Amino acid sequence: MIEHLSTPLVWLILLPLVWATLAFCLGPGRGALLGLSGLGLQLLCAILLAVEVAPKQTVTHLVGGWQEPLGILLVADGLSVTMLLLTQAVSLPVALYAYSYLKQGQHWFWPLTGFLLAGINGLYLSGDLFNLYVTLELIGLAAVGLVVTGGAAGQVTAAMRYLLASLVGSGGFLLGVALLYGCFGTVSIRLLTSLIGSQAPLAVWLAAAVMVAGLLLKTALFPFHFWLPPAHGGAPAPISALLSALVVKASFYVLLRLWLGPFAGFVSPLAWLPALLGSLAILWGGCQAIRAERLKMMVAYSTVAQLGYLVLIFPLFGTGSHAMQIGLLQATAHGLAKAGMFLAAGTLVKASGSELIDGIATMAGRLPVTLFAFGLSGVSLMGLPPSGGFLAKYMLIDAALAVGHIWIAVIVVTGGLLASIYVFRVLRLAFLGPGDERQVALQPVSAVMEWTAFMLAVSAIVLGLAAMPLFRLLEGVAG
Amino acid sequence: MSSGLLFAAVGCLLLVLGVGGVLLLDHLVRRILAFNLMGSGIFLVLVGLAQRSGRIDPVPQAMVLTGIVVSVAATALALALARRRYADSGSTTLQDKARREDRHD
Amino acid sequence: MSYNELLPLLVIASSLLPGFIIFILPERQIVLRTMFNLLGAVTKLWLIGLLLVGVTAGEQYGFRYFLAPNMELVFKADALALLFVSLSASLWLLTTLYAIGYLEHAPHRSRFFGFFSLCVTATMGIAMAGNLLTFFIFYELLTLATFPLIVHRGTPQAMRGGTVYLAYTLFGGALLLIGIVWLNQMTGQTEFTQGGILAATDGISRTHLKLVFLLLIAGVGVKAAIVPLHGWLPQAMVAPAPVSALLHAVAVVKAGAFGVVRIVYEIYGIEFAQSLGLLLPLAVAAAVTILWGSLRALSQGDLKRRLAFSTISQVSYIVLGVGIFGTAGTVGGLVHLVHQGIMKITLFFCAGNYAETLGIHRVDEMDGAGRRMPVTSLAFSIGALGMMGAPLTAGAVSKSWLKTGALAAQMPWAIWVLSASSLLNMAYFLPILYRLWLKPLPAAWPHEEIPVNGVRETHWLLLLPPLVTAVATVAASTFSDAWISPLTFARMIMGIEYHTPP
Repeated sequence: MIEHLSTPLVWLILLPLVWATLAFCLGPGRGALLGLSGLGLQLLCAILLAVEVAPKQTVTHLVGGWQEPLGILLVADGLSVTMLLLTQAVSLPVALYAYSYLKQGQHWFWPLTGFLLAGINGLYLSGDLFNLYVTLELIGLAAVGLVVTGGAAGQVTAAMRYLLASLVGSGGFLLGVALLYGCFGTVSIRLLTSLIGSQAPLAVWLAAAVMVAGLLLKTALFPFHFWLPPAHGGAPAPISALLSALVVKASFYVLLRLWLGPFAGFVSPLAWLPALLGSLAILWGGCQAIRAERLKMMVAYSTVAQLGYLVLIFPLFGTGSHAMQIGLLQATAHGLAKAGMFLAAGTLVKASGSELIDGIATMAGRLPVTLFAFGLSGVSLMGLPPSGGFLAKYMLIDAALAVGHIWIAVIVVTGGLLASIYVFRVLRLAFLGPGDERQVALQPVSAVMEWTAFMLAVSAIVLGLAAMPLFRLLEGVAG
Repeated sequence: MSSGLLFAAVGCLLLVLGVGGVLLLDHLVRRILAFNLMGSGIFLVLVGLAQRSGRIDPVPQAMVLTGIVVSVAATALALALARRRYADSGSTTLQDKARREDRHD
Repeated sequence: MSYNELLPLLVIASSLLPGFIIFILPERQIVLRTMFNLLGAVTKLWLIGLLLVGVTAGEQYGFRYFLAPNMELVFKADALALLFVSLSASLWLLTTLYAIGYLEHAPHRSRFFGFFSLCVTATMGIAMAGNLLTFFIFYELLTLATFPLIVHRGTPQAMRGGTVYLAYTLFGGALLLIGIVWLNQMTGQTEFTQGGILAATDGISRTHLKLVFLLLIAGVGVKAAIVPLHGWLPQAMVAPAPVSALLHAVAVVKAGAFGVVRIVYEIYGIEFAQSLGLLLPLAVAAAVTILWGSLRALSQGDLKRRLAFSTISQVSYIVLGVGIFGTAGTVGGLVHLVHQGIMKITLFFCAGNYAETLGIHRVDEMDGAGRRMPVTSLAFSIGALGMMGAPLTAGAVSKSWLKTGALAAQMPWAIWVLSASSLLNMAYFLPILYRLWLKPLPAAWPHEEIPVNGVRETHWLLLLPPLVTAVATVAASTFSDAWISPLTFARMIMGIEYHTPP
């Protein structure tokens, strides 16, 4: 028994489940404190796991000592540890923010966030496809629940759309699992990778098609993004931050795993397809963000655009570049920056009492910390140096030009310029002088809200100066 | 055709019906029912395809059981949201009111 | 980390850290803020002094750090870097003093001085960048740090100026980025190396190299305000006077011109660039900019706008110097990098003084201001005479070297351009001097804010900086052969770049 509990792997899943359940029983007051301490411990576990994984490349654990296939094998490698670190590093400040931000929704926030994080952590540690399905569903259900914690009518509609999209997406994924199991009699990613060669039968092609389509729907890649802006833009700010920074990354991670693992042998000729969709996402999301009238909608559309960069790496696999590392760097940088931006946007909306972008007028002099957070996040999203976003975009352009994909480079640069239009459209308003007629009286906001957003934004910037550990962690990952 | 493949084929049919329903229907309860149909279809495919060799394979049974639990939870959440939607706006669809009235009359 | 690695980093930190501290300081902590500001500026000058002594003694200063695989941050404090670094650091000290006086009762001073320090940090990074990637990082950082300064006043005009500035510079940054990555693809590295890195490489398409050159020069040309990329500079003059000083003399346009120097000399290599036929188009673009800027300046009624067009024209002297193949032309260009900075900052300081003290913004309001503000007007006159290239001023030194260079490179048209520019400079500066000194005093000033106090015509912090730079304008010419003069330094750099004593 003891040896089963001595690895941080298990605790990353157990801890959130435990504090979520207790928070549900104890109510928001004590539940919140429990949740916050649980999140702190999770961050510690993730760091311990990273230290353990770094030299060994892979750490595995059989839950309860049961052997496969009935037992569940947990696997942690550089890829999963990176995502785990991102998840814990984002959720702790977001939870702190929520503690101070949410008034009525607290009661549901803590249990649902706990289950969401258990799902996300479980997903990153899964070694088999069925477990991935279960965790995907857990994430989806918890996320939908979180969207409605505010209780407004618009949120209910957005949540319903989100739920249906999410269910169809995971349905597609499960169908693929069924087809693969039917063909090979296993759902282990490791075994499937060695069983599926370059000559895939029709059933495997079909499985790949429905799984990829389902995952793209859950990742909200253009043109499957229709559900994202209302859900992310409409939810309370800390929840938007969790959804945009973490939840969509989970299904992207599954896609990446499959693309680099079981499907690696036969999907590479089709890599242009996700990249094409990604390009359209960057352009469409950028244009919609520029046109948005509400601040959080702008940030949500920016997520649509930024997700496009993640899939631009697909044509670059196997070209000798650091394609996978670039993708992870972009995912990490976007996670930190977008969480920071959503939190900052939430503070600005709360302070000004207006959801419109105009509400930010003259804020530079009055909420400088929050505005800094917004601006620094924006720097990373625009891909301007020094930031994690810059490193990712520079390396993406570099890798794309190396194999002659000039169009990818052009899209990346154009996307950066579009991002600078929508970010500075907001920022410049903030610098308007106090004489501006759009200035409104400020509602009080807490220092915790200001500084958590700031810390997230700063970490997105610092990532641009200290990315080497990330690259070392990802060195041994196949692909 | 073995019984396993027959199950799988029926599962595919249910699946197509279900997906069509989720995407094309308006009424929320119908969409939720269609989702359940879709889920059942997938479970049939899962069990059916795995039993082509004739012997009983316990793993897909376990998976389907888990899947049923998940889909019950999802259905419950969806129904709760649909009720809430109805309570908030008196609407049983996701469309806004004007368009819904066009459809119903 | 060794001493020689640490020193360039300390130069950068000496403005970065005060910047961070100033951001955190509350608005009312004036004494503490001023202290950190001046401490940073003085420390920086001292550190640069150490570097100067070391570099003249042949020491190598540099620092390398991997940001990501194949992406290296490289700093090197070579002679060329120090030319720019010492100019910016000295002017930073003066501008800080000036800004303390200028913004005495203005709001948001923590933010202002914080971003000001960041701008100087970015400039240090640009100057000491050891490869194109590092250059780009600080070049974009400079864009980001100047934006809040340009829109500092928060008026709709300031917003427009800031937006135009961003539109130009971010677009230029994108071009520069593509150029850098492309070049990196072809050569595998973009390190600044004496004599360039391209001459030694074979098998690279010359057309591609020319295209990359166009991208790179367009990218830095936006900040250097080369026509037709100059549109942002006159718009940005709505910013407070210390910011104009920063834009026109300390950091922004200089960063662009410095980029041109680095790219031509240390990436392409001057001989290789000449063999690709790139220098002549560059010189022509510079010549067009010189004439266009001067012509536009003639018709500007707003004093700062006239100065802004004058900057467009003057900065291209540097580019022209680069485009003239040969040592003398380059010495002229490099020395003008410093001289233009000193002279233009004098003019902007004075323009700020007129605006702050008497509310004068337009040229036709300046009648008789020389009698009301003799010291400021004297400094202004010296700056303006320098711009015209009058004898005994820094401008004369630059121009004579540029002309010698043009003769040696058999580009007689360049001499005509320089002479025409001098005439045009006279045409738009002499009327101002005439108004200042010879026209009678008006009945009332537009908006007199600071009354005369004995011999002191305005706040002493506003008076001191232009006086110092005006004296420097004269000294740079009178003592041009001294071992510490910009000219001596420029000639030393030339010796390194051409491998021949000039």
